[in-house]
Amino acid sequence: MSRPPSRMRRYHAARWDEPLIHQLGAPGRRGQHFELADSDGLVPAGLARTTPPDLPELSEPEVLTHYLRLSQETMGMIGVSLFGTCTMKYNPRAGEQAARALAGIHPAQPPETMQGLLAAVHGLDLALRALSGMDRFTFQAAGGADAAWTQAVITRAWHAARGEAGTRTKIITSLQSHPCNPATAATAGFEVITLPLGEAGYPSLDALKAAIGPDTAALMINNPDDMGIYNPEIMEWVRLVKQAGALAFYDHANFNGVMTRIRARDLGFDASMFMLHKTFGVSKGGGGPAVGAYGCTAELAPFMPGPLVVERDGHYGLEQPPQQATKVREYLGNLHQVFKAYAWARAMGAEGLAEASDLSVLLNNYMETRLLTLRGVTRSHPEQTSPRLEMTRYSLGTLFEETGVSAVDVQNRMADFGIDAFWLSHEPWIVPQPFTPEAGEMWSREDIDYWIDVLAHVIDEAWRDPDLVRSAPHNQVVGQLSARDINDPANWATTWAAWRKKMR
Amino acid sequence: MKAALLAELGLAGTEPLFAQIPPSHRLAALPALPPALTSEAELARHLAALNRRNRPAGEALSFLGGGIWRHHVPAVVDEIVGRAEFLTPVWGTPSSDFGRNQAWWEFTSQLGALLNLELVGLPVYSWGAAAGHALRMAARLTGRRRVLIPAAMCPERLAVMRGYAASADPAMHIELVPVPCDAVGRLDLAALAALANDATAAVYYENPAFLGGLEAGAADIARIARAAGAETIAGVDPLTLGVIAPPGDLGVDIAVGTIQTLGVHCHAGGGLGGFIASRDEARYAAEYPTLLNSLTTTVDGDLAFGLMLFHQSSYGSRELGKDWTGNSTYLWAVAAAAYMALLGPEGFAELGRLILARTAEAADLLAEVPGVTVTDRRGIFREVRLDFAASGRSATDVNAALLARHGIFGGVPVSGTAALFAVTECHAPDDLARLASALKEVLA
Repeated sequence: MSRPPSRMRRYHAARWDEPLIHQLGAPGRRGQHFELADSDGLVPAGLARTTPPDLPELSEPEVLTHYLRLSQETMGMIGVSLFGTCTMKYNPRAGEQAARALAGIHPAQPPETMQGLLAAVHGLDLALRALSGMDRFTFQAAGGADAAWTQAVITRAWHAARGEAGTRTKIITSLQSHPCNPATAATAGFEVITLPLGEAGYPSLDALKAAIGPDTAALMINNPDDMGIYNPEIMEWVRLVKQAGALAFYDHANFNGVMTRIRARDLGFDASMFMLHKTFGVSKGGGGPAVGAYGCTAELAPFMPGPLVVERDGHYGLEQPPQQATKVREYLGNLHQVFKAYAWARAMGAEGLAEASDLSVLLNNYMETRLLTLRGVTRSHPEQTSPRLEMTRYSLGTLFEETGVSAVDVQNRMADFGIDAFWLSHEPWIVPQPFTPEAGEMWSREDIDYWIDVLAHVIDEAWRDPDLVRSAPHNQVVGQLSARDINDPANWATTWAAWRKKMR
Repeated sequence: MKAALLAELGLAGTEPLFAQIPPSHRLAALPALPPALTSEAELARHLAALNRRNRPAGEALSFLGGGIWRHHVPAVVDEIVGRAEFLTPVWGTPSSDFGRNQAWWEFTSQLGALLNLELVGLPVYSWGAAAGHALRMAARLTGRRRVLIPAAMCPERLAVMRGYAASADPAMHIELVPVPCDAVGRLDLAALAALANDATAAVYYENPAFLGGLEAGAADIARIARAAGAETIAGVDPLTLGVIAPPGDLGVDIAVGTIQTLGVHCHAGGGLGGFIASRDEARYAAEYPTLLNSLTTTVDGDLAFGLMLFHQSSYGSRELGKDWTGNSTYLWAVAAAAYMALLGPEGFAELGRLILARTAEAADLLAEVPGVTVTDRRGIFREVRLDFAASGRSATDVNAALLARHGIFGGVPVSGTAALFAVTECHAPDDLARLASALKEVLA
């Protein structure tokens, strides 16, 4: 690479020294008031509040400025965030703006009063069918993990309907599948079998064969996983799982690198999941409201939690699947977010999705060629020589061994230059000091180059002046957390009341 | 950019980058999607046309509630949750996310003040999800697998709770046993006392009850539960807690409920969010499935925020963690933090008094409509249960006529002939009069 490194930005986070809300305001101040009403005798005896809640008392402008300052003390997407597995992409404001018109819709309104919204929901259902090969989608799940939960409850209902409720007791997943797969399976009452990874970065077919039996209820798996590695034997996996009478669920959290290239149904899967707040351009809200779009075959569709949107002669209605599993969220899910995803998919079209997928893989591979030239950066699974898809799992193990600078230290120091945290790795860590950036398709090459230049700069600092990195951040809102043990009940405090009691 | 990057990699096209995917796995042609609306102008036109086919209840006279309600959302709250820094990111470092973490902490802290409970988790998907997690917490705490619940519950919420209670392993299944209720949803205490025993993991009740009743027996419910060695779980709407005794004063062990009423629009159901709170004791903390955001300090002695007990989450321990967590409704935590700060103690008291008074006013007015029966005109909050049995009309019939002839969205049906009409601070006395007169016409 011949390009000169970018100049490090002289970034400094806003630092307002903004007090906690409880430390602001003064008695008698108000941010909202309501019409005065007489409620004497309207609360049953003994049920009236006797001591007012210990809430702060602020004026409206004080509340606004307080939260505006807190927003400025949040880097968010103003810096460069390549938080892997979360597919950090731009959220088009046209969709955000249009969705505001839905704010007043109550989910129990008659369908004839929300035909436009239901048309969008149905339109996205059709688009996702085309992209996955599945026959039907529901948007009830309020996040990716809730879509895994949807699979868990459908698995329960499916086997119960076949008289195998007591015998299909195990769900198989892999070590690098997202934690929500084993966690929701266990919550639904299944025993979890986690397959270890082979040298190529995915579990061996033999490991799968050894795990499958008449007690297998389902396979829940990501592919590609969070390391950008694709299991080329996946069709054989699905065949074996289904031959054993179990269901095969494709957690397509990492769809961004393969959009329009592969479809879950074509690989044999019974069901799949897309994250609208990641892949489909919907705002993340710092962690929701989100949508895990869950799709399955016509055979499984009667077990989907209802209601589902159905179109007849241009009119949209709701219908209840006949053998439905338990609901995973009240009403129809986060429909305002579904509407935004519909807008995004309409703006992209099939060619746009193909191009986005190309770009996200291309940018990741471009990043990789530069990152692997940095001293102390290695890639997971060196035996797996194929190019990674949209993400690569790296390790700073060498850097840590030689300088004592950890991946978290590097994360903290990069934030000093306007680069927000990279993703480390889900548990368990299979390489020391892992990190997993995901470029996506929406950051510019300049953004990506700056990100790499900052990492290069910080790694250079780690060798020259490791304490500078270990004591980072220095240009942030606050410095790093103290060693105070907040897992100790004597120290933790999720409320001001608890804090004051414990600090006495 | 694409050409330049390909050149850097020495490639003619992107195809070699997908070498991991066997050809037999690939799609032969692009999936069939509608033509792209590539310009924002075209897209905006299309979305506006869709929006014109909606009639949001919030822009009409509406009495829909029953689990998600239209309350006034202060303008300031909309501005705050629209800030890109809160709207679009996912996760950063404790320093770069400092402001957002503070907003989250102010959410749990202020909610704790309303509840008079000192341990509050970051939000979950909904009230139903929160209640589902809470009954699983109680089952783990007691080693028992039966939970007593009100016979009258929001069917949407109950449907979600049933999912959390059921298990593929019969030994882990939690049985939900309904306790008889009165006409406004309050538990029959004698029946409760007869049902509670040493197999009871928890008693779950709601205040206000689904059918609108304020649970006058709340303290007795907790006593009955405690005597049976069971946990007391209360489902509450924090919006009521300026005037209603908080769960912390009523012997409640775990409180759950909605955060939607704290400054979040209905968003066609997307406005839901839930919370889990308890006394600040290690035995409860150890069972939380949520992320927990604690106040702490930095190396420089500043206040800051960090995740506590992360190891017990599904991120920390996969299937060995407590249930599961993931993306939730964190943006609504920011909305609720701003909302609680705007109202303060006196705002919540005023709002509570106003809704109590409006509800009573509506009950009195509507009870006068021929063909309408209202069993309880007092001791109810926000929901007035109207029964049309005397008119011979079904609730869905009445709603259809209200909408078609008067442009009014009626209440959520709770039986063949009864519906819950929700009354909030968004209704003026004139609105109630308009409903009464429309009902008179419809039922005539």
